Amino acid sequence: MKIDSGSTAWMLVSTALVLLMTPGLAFFYGGMTRAKSVLNMMMMSWVSIITVTITWVLYGYSLAFDAVDNASGFLNKIVGGLDNIGLMGVNEAAYNDTFPMMVFSAFQLTFAIITVALISGTIADRAKFGAWVVFTIVWATIVYFPVAHWVWGGGWLTQLGIEDFAGGTVVHINAGAAALALALVLGKRAGWRKEPMRPHNLTLVLLGAGLLWFGWFGFNAGSELAADGTAGLAFMNTQIATAVAAGAWLVVEKFRDGHATSLGVASGAVAGLVAITPACGFVDPWAAMLIGLLAGAACAYAIGLKYKLGYDDSLDVVGVHLVGGVIGAVALGFVAAYPFLDGQNKGLFYGGGWTQLGLQVLGPVAVGAYSFVVTYIIGKVIDKVMGFRINAEAEITGVDITTHAETGYDLGTIHSSGVAAVNGPVPAPASKKVDA
Amino acid sequence: MRLITAVIKPFKLDDVKAALEQFGIKGMTVSEASGYGRQRGHTEVYRGAEYQVDLVPKVRLEVLAEEDDAEDVIDVIVKAAQTGKIGDGKVWSVPVDTVVRVRTGERGPEAL
Repeated sequence: MKIDSGSTAWMLVSTALVLLMTPGLAFFYGGMTRAKSVLNMMMMSWVSIITVTITWVLYGYSLAFDAVDNASGFLNKIVGGLDNIGLMGVNEAAYNDTFPMMVFSAFQLTFAIITVALISGTIADRAKFGAWVVFTIVWATIVYFPVAHWVWGGGWLTQLGIEDFAGGTVVHINAGAAALALALVLGKRAGWRKEPMRPHNLTLVLLGAGLLWFGWFGFNAGSELAADGTAGLAFMNTQIATAVAAGAWLVVEKFRDGHATSLGVASGAVAGLVAITPACGFVDPWAAMLIGLLAGAACAYAIGLKYKLGYDDSLDVVGVHLVGGVIGAVALGFVAAYPFLDGQNKGLFYGGGWTQLGLQVLGPVAVGAYSFVVTYIIGKVIDKVMGFRINAEAEITGVDITTHAETGYDLGTIHSSGVAAVNGPVPAPASKKVDA
Repeated sequence: MRLITAVIKPFKLDDVKAALEQFGIKGMTVSEASGYGRQRGHTEVYRGAEYQVDLVPKVRLEVLAEEDDAEDVIDVIVKAAQTGKIGDGKVWSVPVDTVVRVRTGERGPEAL
């Protein structure tokens, strides 16, 4: 097995960086929910790490990346083969003679995990935990693994020539469209638009956004799958677009609402990260600024859509990830420059004609439609079989205490005085008079 | 004896406390409270969604005083807590039958 040690080291680090994004997302989402459901929100991200890792090892990697050679090649357009189930045969292979295939598999696993976790933001406060666990397994199996194969694994969108550097379509449009479907399946939270549903801890949101930003360097620059010039470009473009988008969101807020907010800066940063994802290794820095500007400003408005259209996408997965993902994917059709690649269809602004733009529109439409429809069906089936939503009383009491038997915070002295002994029920009060 | 309760602006607490100490009051109970009155609240905006918060943070201060001191204590509080703007709060007093110091069992004025 021939490998490059520099690239191998970078891919190992990138893999760990991308994995960190999921606990980071748990903070980002957890802070935005109400205090009574912070733990459930964070648990939905954490449990995705468990279920997706197991399914990935068993068959997910194979379905996404085993390029089967059959006579017609038709099956390979849709889904990978089964040669790598249980990660069989992965040890002996190397990716492009650059780094071990096992590292590639681990790297791609972290993408599958966060894509699933991203969806959970739409169903804050009200989902049955067991139903979510089942959903993560089924959704990864019949939506994520095939879509990753379409775009990155040699499937039909790869063959057509759609470009998605680090997962704008596979991760963000995919998760965003699924979130919209799931918001419709579960319905609105009790009291939506009547009661205040303010973020309960914006410091957690900022911590989470910071961890996402940090991890995203592995996500984007790691997606070059080598330590080289393109990785450096992707790294810098990630920084540029994120900073510009966070600033753009603040400017929109200042002029629209009168105040620049911390939730705004965190949201704008994530919108910029999302939008630059498909483009980061393919565009010049000026274009990264443009993409950041568009994403920050557009997503700041897109999050208001749910109030106009009446769906409770609780933490704005649609407004940030679907909209940001589409902006990035389509922008590539205009500004793709491919500074490090030859023989590509350049974007419209670089004299590349309409071909790439057309493909960059086709990708989001195809993936978005597939994800939305299939997710809606999965959600409805789970709802029929086991119920996807907790009952009204549990929802009003709080999903943390009713589902997990925990609360996120213990701030009052009166509440904590009722806590039981460590390993058993509360001892009965002593009947003997204690000496005064 | 009388129980004097004052609901005041939080940033005035230190001034009121100092004034009461100077007057000779030895103890008080302070708690955080939310007020609803002419001051109205404020608007918070999260991702463009506006929330009208009509409860305003206040401090609730309770002081026990002897009958003869009560009016003076009220004056001390009002003078120290006043800014002249809407939302300065209210002070009121009610008669108290019994006061007991838990540690010693003393009753009445000795318990203050």
